[in-house]
Formats: sequence, structure tokens, C-alpha cells
Amino acid sequence: MKRYLIPLLIFVVLLVFLVIGLQLKPREVPSPFIGKPAPVFSLPVLGKEQSAFSPEQMKGKVWILNVWASWCVACREEHPLLLDFAKSQNTPLIGLDYKDKPEAAKAWLKQYGDPYELSISDLTGQVGIDYGVYGVPETFVIDRSGIIRYKHIGPLTQEAISQKIIPLIAKLQQ
Amino acid sequence: MKFIRPPILATLSLLLIVCADVGAQVSASANSSAKIATPVASNPELEKRVLELSHELRCLVCQNQTIADSNADLAVDLKNQVRKQLSEGRSKEEILKYMTDRYGDFVLYKPPFNAATIMLWVGPFLLMLFGLFFLVRQIKQRRQDLLGESFSPQDIERARQLLDRKTEN
Repeated sequence: MKRYLIPLLIFVVLLVFLVIGLQLKPREVPSPFIGKPAPVFSLPVLGKEQSAFSPEQMKGKVWILNVWASWCVACREEHPLLLDFAKSQNTPLIGLDYKDKPEAAKAWLKQYGDPYELSISDLTGQVGIDYGVYGVPETFVIDRSGIIRYKHIGPLTQEAISQKIIPLIAKLQQ
Repeated sequence: MKFIRPPILATLSLLLIVCADVGAQVSASANSSAKIATPVASNPELEKRVLELSHELRCLVCQNQTIADSNADLAVDLKNQVRKQLSEGRSKEEILKYMTDRYGDFVLYKPPFNAATIMLWVGPFLLMLFGLFFLVRQIKQRRQDLLGESFSPQDIERARQLLDRKTEN
């Protein structure tokens, strides 16, 4: 009996590891920025190129930085959720237009609707690199003192917004 | 044996010819693609160092490739970043730190040795020790069993009879 029990136990342990492994998301690399200050930058505002935006301006507010691009197919998927969010919440939503042509970006916003308070254009992708962006869309929640509190990789989902982002914002605003 | 040998030889030589042929084709195509892919290196020494460092950085878009092997947009940007920083005289350590500050340890193709990765580094050796332990125990157990085996007088008598019969033949 013992002879069969031990291999069976080992098999069950391996099976448990397999099940845990299948549920991990290797695409979602933990960001080293959680709990760290949002990197400083200053970029032109999309559509108002003469004025610049820097995260400093958002000090004292909890805000969201959403990385998007007109060439990004998955961004279209999350776009209705962002429009919804902008309508129902009053948390500032800033877009980072990543490695995009400003003309194409403006046309995209016109076609699909603009949920952003403003968008900034990162033409070279340097700010993207500074924020560790590797898969557009990505979404950051930044607190009043400019600390990154949460990062969502890939298109936002209804669950992510209602179960993670909105409660987190409420908590940070207290 | 005699009947088998010629076909084996024939098969082997045929295999050799096929392999050589495929090999020649592969190396020919590798040469031609290398001719196309080689970038115009303004500074071969710098390019060598860029390539060296690129082999240590993971492409986060296509996770099982280094940025040297990948042509993903981000990989190209990161290679340019490496090139820029190397030409500005930054050290390898500084550049690796720049990358891990932004993308975490995962960007290093060779995982660092720390609390999170300890099982990755030590696990295989632990498993090997585990296996060795059981193997040695099994061998000792068997030897013990063999030594401890006792024979009745009848067993010995029967063995002798069998041996005697053998020598008679």
C-alpha cells in the first residue's frame, strides 16, 4: 500500500503546482514602481502642443494615467470602459499617447470619443520606458503625493475597474 | 550479422549525405540572411558591446527572447537606449540598473540570486540530493536484504545437487 501511496502523493503535489502555474499570468510582470514616486517628465499636450504637462501639476489629486495609442488594437477594447469611467467618476484621467502620430491620435479620439482630461504625446516612447511600459494599454493609479499605487497591464476590464481601481481611489481619497 | 551490416552502412552514408546537404543549405540561408540583417555599424566596437548587453536583457513583449534576438518595437527601442547610454560612457552596471529600475528583475535574462528566485537556483540541486538520498537508501536496503537472507539445509542441499548435475554434463 505504502508503495503506491508515495508516488500518488508526489503526483498530487505536482498536480497542485501545475494548477497554480496555469492560473499565473506570466504576461503581467510585477511593476517595480508600485509604492514609488511617478517618474518626472514634461511632454506637450496633444492638440495643444505649445502647452506642456508634467505629473507635478497633479499633486494633491488622485489621478489615473492611461497609456494608449491609435495603433493599439486592445485600446479600442477598453475604450468604452474609459468613456464610462470618465462619465461616472470625477477622478482625473490623463492619457499618455505612446509612440503615436499626433494626427492619427486626434482622429482616433474624434472617432471613438475622448475620455481624457487631456492626453500627452510621447513621440519617442522615452516616457513609456521611464514608466516601464511594455504592453499598451497600461493604466497607473497615482496618489495625492505622486506615488504610483497600482498598475494594470493590458486592456482594463469591468472587474478591474469596479473591484480594484474604484475602491483603491476611494481609499486613497480619504 | 553479415546480412545486416551493408544496409546499415548504406543507411548511415545516406543519412550523412542528407545531413551534409541540409547543413549546407541551412548555413547558406543563414549567410544570406545575415547579409541582409547586418546593420550598418558606424562603430563596430560599440555595436559589439551593445549586442553583448542586449543578450542579457529580456524582451518583455516576447518573453522568451532577449532584446538582441527580438525585433519587437520595444526591443528595438531598448537596444537604442543601450546604444545611447553606452556611447555616453555609462557602465554596464549602470545600464542594467536603469533597466531593472523600470522593468524589474524580470528584464534580466539571467535571474539574479535573491529570496524570490532561490528555489529556481537551488531547487534542481535539492531535487538531485533528494534523489541521491533515496537511491543510496535503496541500495543499502537491498544489500541488507541479500546479506540477511538465510538458507535452510534443504536449500543448500538442492543447490548442491543442481551444481553437481552441471559438472556431470
